[in-house]
Amino acid sequence: MVTPTPQKVSSGGDKVVQCLEREGVEVVYGYSGGAAMPIFDALVDSRIKFVLTRHEQGAAHMADGYARATGKPGVVLVTSGPGATNCVTGLLTALMDSVPMIVLTGQTITSMLGKDAFQEADVTGITYPVVKHSYLIKEAAEIPRVMREAFHIATTGRPGPVLIDLPKDVTQGPCTAPFVDTVNLPGYHVPDRPARALLEKTAALLAKSRRPVLYVGHGAVISNAGQAILQLATTLGAPIVNTLLGKGACTEDHPLHLGMLGMHGTAYANRAVEHCDLIMAIGARWDDRITGKLSEFCPEATKIHVDIDVAEFNKVVRPDVCLAADARLAIEELVPLVRKLDTADWLKEIAGWRRQYPLKYARKGGLRAQHVLDRLDTLGGRDCIITTDVGQHQMWAAQFCRTTRNRHWISSGGAGTMGFGFPAAIGAAMATGTPTWCVVGDGGFQMTVAELATAKLQKAPVKILVINNHYLGMIRQWQELFFDNRLSGADLEGNPDFVKLAAAYDIPGKRVTRAGDVDKAIKWAMAYNEGPCLIDAEVVKEDNVFPMIPAGAPYSGMIVERPKVKMEKPTGST
Amino acid sequence: MSTITEPRGAEFELDPGKAPRRHVVTDVVTAPLHTISLLVRNKPGVLVRVSLVFSRRGYNMESLVVSPALSIAGLGAAPGEFSRMTITCSGDPDTLEQIIKQFEKLVDVVHAIDHTGQPVIESELALVKIKAGLRERTELLQIAENFKAKVVDFGAESLIMRCASETEKLDAFVNLLKPFGIIELVRSGKILMARGLDAT
Repeated sequence: MVTPTPQKVSSGGDKVVQCLEREGVEVVYGYSGGAAMPIFDALVDSRIKFVLTRHEQGAAHMADGYARATGKPGVVLVTSGPGATNCVTGLLTALMDSVPMIVLTGQTITSMLGKDAFQEADVTGITYPVVKHSYLIKEAAEIPRVMREAFHIATTGRPGPVLIDLPKDVTQGPCTAPFVDTVNLPGYHVPDRPARALLEKTAALLAKSRRPVLYVGHGAVISNAGQAILQLATTLGAPIVNTLLGKGACTEDHPLHLGMLGMHGTAYANRAVEHCDLIMAIGARWDDRITGKLSEFCPEATKIHVDIDVAEFNKVVRPDVCLAADARLAIEELVPLVRKLDTADWLKEIAGWRRQYPLKYARKGGLRAQHVLDRLDTLGGRDCIITTDVGQHQMWAAQFCRTTRNRHWISSGGAGTMGFGFPAAIGAAMATGTPTWCVVGDGGFQMTVAELATAKLQKAPVKILVINNHYLGMIRQWQELFFDNRLSGADLEGNPDFVKLAAAYDIPGKRVTRAGDVDKAIKWAMAYNEGPCLIDAEVVKEDNVFPMIPAGAPYSGMIVERPKVKMEKPTGST
Repeated sequence: MSTITEPRGAEFELDPGKAPRRHVVTDVVTAPLHTISLLVRNKPGVLVRVSLVFSRRGYNMESLVVSPALSIAGLGAAPGEFSRMTITCSGDPDTLEQIIKQFEKLVDVVHAIDHTGQPVIESELALVKIKAGLRERTELLQIAENFKAKVVDFGAESLIMRCASETEKLDAFVNLLKPFGIIELVRSGKILMARGLDAT
């Protein structure tokens, strides 16, 4: 007699993984551990690729890079306690920059919650301020609903990270609950189209302007509003500036594009903002890096604000009109309502500033980071994704590497997370297969350098460009300019030989010390697509990023070269 | 896949100076304290999320009352699914507008309404334990009668009075009792309800 084999009942962990598959997840980044074992077990039978990183922070940034490069949510799976707390920086980075991310954390069994079990941490408690939303699942039956809600919340409206804490007994025990397709969230509202009356008011304000500026932020990248904005700009005859994270929404080589504005923006973009009579923020939030001294920021200019997050309205400035909408939908509906403005004089004035203050750097006295990045831009950087870390190299890359495609520029803006650039590049390169230049400083690179192993294993086409000045350069710059050059905590003495370090992971590398060798090295890296490679650019130790609007200074306080006189300590936020 | 999130784009269209809901009045600064009522989903952590909006800005709540809400029309809510929060706090109008918007942004908050300057019914409950011997009783009972307070514990040397009233009246009540020697005072914090058919 043959006994029928019993139907295998799905475990909670199986259900979690099945839900991920239903959401279209292709890859999960993470680090295994005791409390997450049932989910890892379920991954064995799944078509989802699991990428074992070398640190949970690396996993979070890889998922972040994946999400920024594709627009799809990045997924992280880690264990309880330290596994989860190691993701906190990644959550902050994603929240500040509106990146859709799902973070699954293992947790101790429900009966031990709050009893200081091994590797227990109050993960939902620790992460409340750094998530868009979070869940602690106590019944396996909740899994399908929570998973659907989490993806919905992470990816709609202003995107952000959602954390799901999964006790081990919930993922190990059976889960028979059916899959869920609908979401019922009475407290969650997503604006989509702007109100007609406010669009007309916007058009009327635009019609009166003679010196307009379109100020484009990350929201335009997220909603893919670039084409519509270019159409608006050309229809109006209005110049475009973008934020650090807005790079790529509109191609930066467009004649109406002035590059980046703000603290280290181009001088001509900043002069335009300083003298405009109307500034229209599209998916941007008037960040302190943008406004400088708030009371003197465009005091006379009409302000228009397009944002999907209504909490951004009136937060920093009080605009004349606020459009609560998806940036692309808002601009598309605005374009037919506007007509050509009389901006000929304005554009002529801006062209004058462009001639007066070109981006420049010293050609003598050793290899300059700006030269390396300038050459990268010329030698095909625009066809690649560029990720950066945080610091001087980030600002130089933003200035000299012009971004011409949406989602081709990936950088930690709001949080300013050092250690972000390299793992984010791995995620972006894996997600798209696009050659990805990872511009990092010697400081930030070492924060997540262990992911060299992950990059090698995944054969990710990441071209690591270390801008190596043996300093925390931006710190040194501030101490030079504002603190009488009293250097403190800025010297990166003890750096490894990065080429040898790469070689230890079987990653090819080249060192560049002379301007004349830069092109050859970049071409070599461009041609190498079998996996990661590294260029260690030994640049001059002491160099400064200009233009600069010191934190808290008005636009009129912009400096374009090293000042002759001692400067006051900046009063603005950091 | 269908999604039943309420498309409320239009309600969010706001002119500067106004908070997200049409009936929110944030620019009336007559009262030093504001009262905000929230309808929230009764989920673990919702109280933490709400209080983080204050603590992150270094602000404090003056009082906070949380209670179960009835099922809400149109939301198809099961009993126990929603809660009411009534928060009193101080703050300048700009900060208050931000606080309300940050509440509205929370996934578990269905709505947040600032009732400052609106016609509302408000109430607060106080329990006062007073040292009361034979000589003080008559006068204390007179005060109690005037404030419609009830003596709920009558002892030889003490009594407890319960009084429900507007916050300001309770303040006056408590002030009158102070000279007699208040041993303990417990107040519930303010609750309120919008008059007429307006939503609370």
